[in-house]
Amino acid sequence: MTLWGWVLLASVVAWAIKFCGYLVPVRWMESPRMTRVAGTLTIGLLASLTTMNAVSAGQGMALDARLGALVVAALALLLRLPFLVVVLAGAVAAAVLRLLA
Amino acid sequence: MGARFTPAVRIGLSIALATGLYGVSFGALAVASGFSVGQTAALSLLMFTGGSQFAFIGVIGAGGTGAAAFGAATLLGIRNAVYGAQINRMLRPRGWLRPLSAQVTIDESVATAAGQDEPAEQRRGFWAAGVGVYLLWNLFTLLGALLGDALGDPRRWGLDGAAVAAFLGLLWPRLRSREPVAIAVACALVTVLALPWVPPGVPILLAAAVAGLWGWFGRGPADEGLEPDVAPGHDAGDAR
Repeated sequence: MTLWGWVLLASVVAWAIKFCGYLVPVRWMESPRMTRVAGTLTIGLLASLTTMNAVSAGQGMALDARLGALVVAALALLLRLPFLVVVLAGAVAAAVLRLLA
Repeated sequence: MGARFTPAVRIGLSIALATGLYGVSFGALAVASGFSVGQTAALSLLMFTGGSQFAFIGVIGAGGTGAAAFGAATLLGIRNAVYGAQINRMLRPRGWLRPLSAQVTIDESVATAAGQDEPAEQRRGFWAAGVGVYLLWNLFTLLGALLGDALGDPRRWGLDGAAVAAFLGLLWPRLRSREPVAIAVACALVTVLALPWVPPGVPILLAAAVAGLWGWFGRGPADEGLEPDVAPGHDAGDAR
């Protein structure tokens, strides 16, 4: 198959995977137990996304300016700064640390 | 449609900006890996899930086969099924909105929606982040593909730091008692431990499995992690 073929096939499958989730009946998801799972799952996914964005480098880890961004963002959150300020603080921290390195 | 700048819309748009600009690096990298501008644009328009797209071009760029690229991208996309089920439960889209919302079901839109308490805010957050990322991601993919790396590495502008801060900002308001903190620490640990050993995209699935089992077998309150946090940074819990 040509590269175009693989691009299109992988794209169709990517959408189909997303759509599969929408086919899970809502009533399965409504019991108190599933409500709780939805909550713990949200925490777990966000914690994992934060971690991956902070340290992952392909299949492996790299400790770099992103850790500084993580610390600065945590400080901004402790100070109860608005979300956009937290995001900007993270960007500035990473950019400045790279500039200094 | 009252597209007002509610807290969820603001969060969605800030995330869209931080993530969308990253399209430049995807576009530039894809062309450098041997993809045409058309193929690069098609990946962002159709596949639209950043991790899978980077994996796809990464495998091809490293000399891998189309089948291997397909496998890596698909493995990375599996978490989107979990996201789809969550969004379907929250928003219950009907008719033609279903395939459309599936297309914009990604890390950022789901995280923004899940960060809201009110159903209306969840909906606004999901669409603001989803459509916002879609437009900017595609625009900047095209820009990156056409301009190559003339714009420089987006990391120089700290955009990767912005992504870290954004996800922490969404997680933060949920960490109000001991149990959610324990779940977050456990899942972060699982992610770090798994990173070197399994293909990209799998660590988050392992973390999701741990969190899911914790919720299934645990004894905590039913709404753990679903408490209101309309605007991260403004502690909604104080009002209770």
